[in-house]
This record gives sequence, structure tokens and C-alpha cells, in this order.
Amino acid sequence: MKAYIIRRLFQAIAVCLAISMISFFLLFLNSDPALLLLPPEAEIGDIEIFKKSMGLDRPVLIQYLTFLKKVLLHGDFGNSFVSKIPALDLMIERIPATLKLSLLAVLLANALAIPMGMISAVKRYTLVDNLITFFALVGQAMPLYWFGIMLIIIFGVFLGWLPISGSDSFVHMILPSITLGAWLLPVNMRLVRSGMLDVLNQDYIRTARAKGLFEKTVMIKHAFKNAMIPMVTVTGMQLSLLLGGAVVTETVFAWPGLGRLAVESIRMGDYPVVQAIVVFFALCVVIGNLLADILTAFIDPRIRLE
Amino acid sequence: MSYETIMTVPHINQKKPSSLFKILRKMWDLKLGMIGGVIIAGMLICAVGAQLIAPFDPYEQDIMERLLPPSFLEGGSAKHLLGTDSVGRDTLSRIIYGTRISLIVGISAVLIQVVIGVFLGLFAGYYGGKTDSAISFMVNVMMGFPFILLAMSLVAVIGPSLQNIIFALGITGWPVFTRVTRVETIKLKESEFVLCAKTLAFSTMRILLKHILPNILPSILVLGTVEIARAIIRESLLSFLGLGIQPPTPSWGMMLAEGRDYMLSEWWLAALPGFAIFLSALGINLLGDAIRDIVDPHMRKS
Amino acid sequence: MIHNHTDSILEVRGLKKYFPIKTGVLKKTTGFVKAVDDISFILRRGETLGVVGESGCGKSTVARCLMKLYDITEGAIYFNGKNIANFTDSKLLDYRMMVQMIFQDPYASLNPRMRVKDIIGEAIRVHGLSKNRSWKEDVKDLLNNVGLRESHMARYPHEFSGGQRQRIGIARALAMKPKLIIADEPVSALDVSIQAQIINLLDRLKADFGLSYLIIAHDLAVVEHISDRIIVMYLGNIMETASDKDLYNQPAHPYTRALLNAIPDVGGKKKGNRRMLLKGDVPSPINPPSGCCFHTRCPDMFSLCSREKPKMVEISKNHWVSCLKYKR
Repeated sequence: MKAYIIRRLFQAIAVCLAISMISFFLLFLNSDPALLLLPPEAEIGDIEIFKKSMGLDRPVLIQYLTFLKKVLLHGDFGNSFVSKIPALDLMIERIPATLKLSLLAVLLANALAIPMGMISAVKRYTLVDNLITFFALVGQAMPLYWFGIMLIIIFGVFLGWLPISGSDSFVHMILPSITLGAWLLPVNMRLVRSGMLDVLNQDYIRTARAKGLFEKTVMIKHAFKNAMIPMVTVTGMQLSLLLGGAVVTETVFAWPGLGRLAVESIRMGDYPVVQAIVVFFALCVVIGNLLADILTAFIDPRIRLE
Repeated sequence: MSYETIMTVPHINQKKPSSLFKILRKMWDLKLGMIGGVIIAGMLICAVGAQLIAPFDPYEQDIMERLLPPSFLEGGSAKHLLGTDSVGRDTLSRIIYGTRISLIVGISAVLIQVVIGVFLGLFAGYYGGKTDSAISFMVNVMMGFPFILLAMSLVAVIGPSLQNIIFALGITGWPVFTRVTRVETIKLKESEFVLCAKTLAFSTMRILLKHILPNILPSILVLGTVEIARAIIRESLLSFLGLGIQPPTPSWGMMLAEGRDYMLSEWWLAALPGFAIFLSALGINLLGDAIRDIVDPHMRKS
Repeated sequence: MIHNHTDSILEVRGLKKYFPIKTGVLKKTTGFVKAVDDISFILRRGETLGVVGESGCGKSTVARCLMKLYDITEGAIYFNGKNIANFTDSKLLDYRMMVQMIFQDPYASLNPRMRVKDIIGEAIRVHGLSKNRSWKEDVKDLLNNVGLRESHMARYPHEFSGGQRQRIGIARALAMKPKLIIADEPVSALDVSIQAQIINLLDRLKADFGLSYLIIAHDLAVVEHISDRIIVMYLGNIMETASDKDLYNQPAHPYTRALLNAIPDVGGKKKGNRRMLLKGDVPSPINPPSGCCFHTRCPDMFSLCSREKPKMVEISKNHWVSCLKYKR
């Protein structure tokens, strides 16, 4: 077990490093930051001097290692090209907003996904199951941002019940979190359903039934508890889905979170900020996967032998 | 939760579904698949025959008739069935031409994904060891990258154009195919017919392409259709965020982005292109489900 | 063992196949599964050699080592006097032309997405084996040889029964025009009524094509009729080697006697009514027992058995046994 965790930990670190490297090369080297930072009328000589002072004339690997050293030792991604504030500070400022939105969305999604998935599995091959799986299919075809806009049009414009942007109060969170929740709902529902089906087919469920336990007792005490195991691990793995959805949702609702900052920064070529967010997202995803893997390994010893 | 665990699940309910119910269920499945097929057929016709079907030139502006509502709403004219946009271009014509972009991007991007993903998956699964570790590491890295940020950054760096969008979607989307191919290759390479192919002195390439690949193809086909829908949604998303197809080319995502500015008054400008994206993605998914039922009855409704 | 080299088609000397067990962060090798542990035998030209043992005794591993599907850990495999262990790819092709394999599971050994004519004919086409005529003609001949019809050519494997599938597998092996066929439990997946048909087919083809056979089975009854000589394996070791008759009439090793007892005896012809059954399970090949690997289950075990590893002893002509009872 210890060996497995250590191995996965090393893998996770390697993945994070690789992501930081790719994004570094992708962002910093295919464009010339000097041109972005200096006024357009700067002389060629000035550009050279500037490059030298910023270390932009050195070999790319050295540049990356310097960058990495700064990030690891001081959390320094450099200053934002636009606002001249340290990129890390800009990013940290936005984390709570995204966190709030994501948590509420996950809560909403699972509050629906778990009962729906369970009903669908238990009542397999019935009308209810068909309707629920069809609903999931429709949900998966729904473009997240269009759904958000339609919510705005219906509830914000036509009915006038809810505010369509801003983040001042809880009311403002309703539409964005429904949007993001709807994005997660079909996937989670399908996972609950297939996890539940897996469990229902196990011997101990048949034994429990054979013992003459009430169907409800069997379902809740035996089946559901075990079906939740894959659910927990899958939630860890879904962080990348969630973060991707957050980027879009925040853009649609002008929600002042990380995702919107990322989109704005990419548009403006504010690469230190993009870099900081990419690395942060990657960390979240990798740590989520790692926890999910370790949790699964604890629960299911067969995995470790892999 | 892999396919193989799902496919071994027998009926859970104690009461067996009656034959009448089975027939009803078959019809339901068939009908959904057919709806999907009709939607896809409609898309293909629109894409191929856009010039013949579209009532107007999608680029033709008419300032006199700008922001007209669709004809079924008050103030709409029969001339422009789905109304006009902010510079007076016919929305219906732009949506019809937009089908082309969506399909081209969706299909080409998925082809790139399949070529990269399937080859890497075959090699990782067949050779195992260090090759597998290296390729699996690449997959983990790609999966750890939030797709949107990677694709957006890539497009921001290489510039937004049709080819670059296809490239960006293709180069970021292959890991799903590698995962599926790898797992199935590992299962197949120990199978007796592959061992037999080795004893018949066939080359590794022949074994991979003629013996293993055809047995993986059904899964790739099913995954591929679903991925086309995803690529279409992703293209429209990139365009929506301003890093996709550039104006004035009619792309659904970009039309949606333009319509968003008018969402408080002319709501249909955002609603209609979004509905087109939704409908096509739904059609492809329905068809994909039907294909899965046909090529592999075990995998149904996973 | 001393052999006359001229009449042997295959000779195995000191063959070992260990599978490493890897654990820990760095996947260090911490142990071995000793699937085949130092076995030697010889297969004469035109002979049918049966290899018998319980599942897990390493007999399938031997087959896969002989087919070069596994790299061997130690030892030498001489085919026509040449050691195939160090064959490179180009030489391997020649070897594969001479030695073919029939697999255990006729459902898994045929590619479900290929037609019968391609399953059988692919090798003929790829290696250019048909002379002066279409490869399809060769496929037709092969189908006739194994008792199938030309009309079967365009069908897929799932349209056939288990026995028919195994015939297709045999035709595929014959397509390479081999001299030696290694059959890994060729009938154990089939109904008993079909088993005899396939065994008879193999017997007939042997004469028609001038083949030698190495036939692996877990059941002595299967190889009884067809084999000239039989090897009994247990836990990666050879227990006894003898001609067909000697093994049945004078089994020397306690393990062989146990195996013979396991054959259902309908007519009561077998002498000695004492039904001897083995107690316990097959020990793990990771930590095989010390001394004689069979001593933990042996009814005749005595004190020396757990300490000394027995050597092969020839108790009568061409009848070899590995048991301390016969120690000279």
C-alpha cells in the first residue's frame, strides 16, 4: 500500500511538472513577451536590452528552470503584464468565488444525480429508467453556455425573477450554480446508475435478498453504501470536468472567478496569469485523481496489484 | 466502471420484462436512433447543399432589415423565417451554412484524435513496459490539463483559423481514444488468436492492424460518434469565447456569442444557433447509442 | 539422459521458465514463479509425445516456450540440431514454418472478425506459400483435409461448432506445412463425443503429412490412444517418462499412479481396485517444496523426500522416473 501511494505520488508530481513545462513552452516561447510589454514604437536596440534584463535571450531550458525555481521557492509566476500585480495574488483573490460556485453546483448535481441514478438502476428496463436515461442523453448534448444563456433569457429577462449577473448575494449564485450543476448532472447520474448496477449484481446482494430482507433495506443498507464507493472516487476524477465547466459558466454570468480571469488573460495575452491558473488547475486535477486512486486502493485491494 | 463489468449484469428486477414490453422497448430504441439518423441526415443535406437550400447569401447584409424577429413572432416577416441579425443577415441561411463548419470541424478533429489516439493506444497496450509507461504518462498529462485552457491557449498562440481550430481540437482530444484502445489491446494481445498470429510469423504491424484493430473498431466507432458531438460543442465554445472561427464566417458558436449582446431584447439571436448546436449534438448521440446497440448488444445503456 | 541425435526432431535440455514477481515503488523483482523448472526431454521424428499434468504444472508454459511466445529463462531447445533459443527474427520465420501450434480454446483462437478463408489462408498469402496456383485452392485442400467443406470458406467463426472451429485451427496450422505440431490441450474445451473425432483426425493427418506431435493434456485418457510416449509433469518438473504401454501397465511414480486412478473406469478392467486420491492442493510454484516437489502430497513419502531432489533414473529401457524410491 505504502509503495503504491509513493509511486502514485511521484507520478502526480511528474504530471504537474510536465504540464507546467508544456504550458511554459506553449505560452512564453511562441510569442514574444518583449513585444507585448514594450510600447509599439520601441527601437530594436531597446528590445534587445529589455530581453537581456528579463533573461529572455537565454536558452529555453534555462528560462524554464529559472521560472520553475521562482515558482517552487517563492510562488512567483511573475507579474501580470496588464495590471503589474503578481500573478499569484491575482489568482488567489479569485479562488473563493470559483470555490463557492463549484461547491453549490456539485451539491445540486448530486442531490439529483444520486436518487435518479439509483431509481434508474433499481427499476432497470422500465419506463422510468428509459425516461431518466433519455434525460441524461439530452443533458449531455446541451451546450453548457447555451443552457446558461437560456436560463438568463427565461428567468432573468422574461420572468424577471433572478439577477442575470453579478455576485453580491446568494440570489446571484442561483442561475450560475444551476448551469454548472446541470453540466455535471448527466455524467454523475450515469455513473451512479452503472455503479449501482454493478453492486446489485454482487453475491452479497443476492444473499441479502435470499435472507428475506425487505427490498428497501437491501437497497439502502447493502447496495447504496457500496455503490457510493465508485461515486466518491469518480468525484475526485471529475475535477477537470468541473473546472472546465466553471470557466464557461463564469464567462456567461460574468462571475468573478478563476475561469473568467483565465479567459480574459488568454485573450489579452497576459501569460503569467494564465500560467498560474493552468498550474493551479492542474494541481487540483492531479491531487483529485491521486486522492481518488488512493481511496479506491484502500477500498479495493485488487487495484494495488496492477 | 468499465464496460465489461456492465455487460455482465443480468436483469436485476425479479419480474422479467414481458415480451410486449420488450417490443415497446425495441421500438423506443429504434425510434430514438431513427430520430438521430434523421437529424444527422438533415445536417448532411444542409452542409452539402447549403447553396441550394439557404434562401439568402449568409454574408449579405441588409441594414434596412436588421434585427428582424423570426416570422412566428410578432413583427417577423415571412421573408426571413428565423429573422435577421444586427447587420441584417438572414439567420436561417447562416445557420444552414454553419452546419458545414460544425461538421467539417467535428469530423476532421475526431479523425485526428482517432489517428493519434488509436496508434498510441495500440503501441502502449501491445508493447507494455516502458512504451506503455511513457504513453500513459502523456495521457495523464493531457487529462490533467483543463481542456478549455489548453485549447484556448493553443489557439491564442497559433492564431484562430479553421485549420488551427481543427488542429487544436484534434491534438487535445486524443487521450480518450488512447485509453480505450490501450485497455482493449491489453486484453486482446494475450488472446489465443493473437498468439497464433505470432506463431504464424506475421509482422507486429500486421498483428496490430489486421488482427487487433478490427476487434477494437466497434468501440472506436461508438466513441468516435460521441466525440464528434463533443468536438462540435467545443468548436462552438471556442468560437463563443472569441478564439474560434472568425467573423464573418457563419459558425454557430460565434453567432451565439454575437446574439448574446442582444439577449435582453432580441433573445432569439442567441437561442436559435444554440438550439442548432444542441440538436446536432443530440442527434449524433442518439445515433451513437443506436450504433452501439447494433455493433455490440452487450454494451447497451451503460 | 543420453540421446541419439540423428532421429530427434526436438530436444529440450534443462529448460527453465521463471516469471518475475515485481513489488515495491521501483518494481523490484522480489521472487519468481517457477513455472518450468529444469526439464529435459526428446521428441523423435514421426513420434507423438504426450505431456500430461494437472493445470498449473507448467505444461502450457513449455508449449509457449517451444513456440518462442515466451523467452526462456535458461536451457536450450534444439530443433533439428539447432538451438532456437538464440534465433533472430529472420531465422525465426524458418522455424515457424516448421513448427506450428494448435490452441486450447477454439472459441478464443480464431479471430472473430475474419472469414475462414482468411484465417487459414492469411499465412499462405503473406509468406507466399502456394506454388503456381491461387492461395484459395490451398485453402480448399486444407478444408477437405480436416473434414470441412469448401462452402465454409466465406463464413465467420461464430457460425461453427466447437469441433468445427478446432478443425479450422488445425487447418490453419497445416497451412504453414509444418513438420512438428504442438497441440496445447487441443480437445479439453470440447464435448467428450467430439474429442475422439479430433484425436482421430490428428492421428490421420500425422500419417498424411508426415508430422510429429507434442500433445499436451491434463487428462491421461485423452493422450492414451494417440501417444507413443508420455511425459508426466508436476509443478514444473518431469515426474516420469515412458512409452504409452509401460506407463499404463507399470506406472512407477506415485503421481502417475494417482493420475491413472483419476480416469473414470467404466468396465472395471483396471487391476487393483484401490482408489488412490491425492490429498491437499498443488503447492505454489513461487515456493515449491524442498527436495522432491511432490513429497507434500505423496502417499509413499519417506524422510529423505523432503531433503533430496530426485534425479531421473532409467528403471527399464526408455522408462525414466524421478523418484527417490528408485535411487540407486
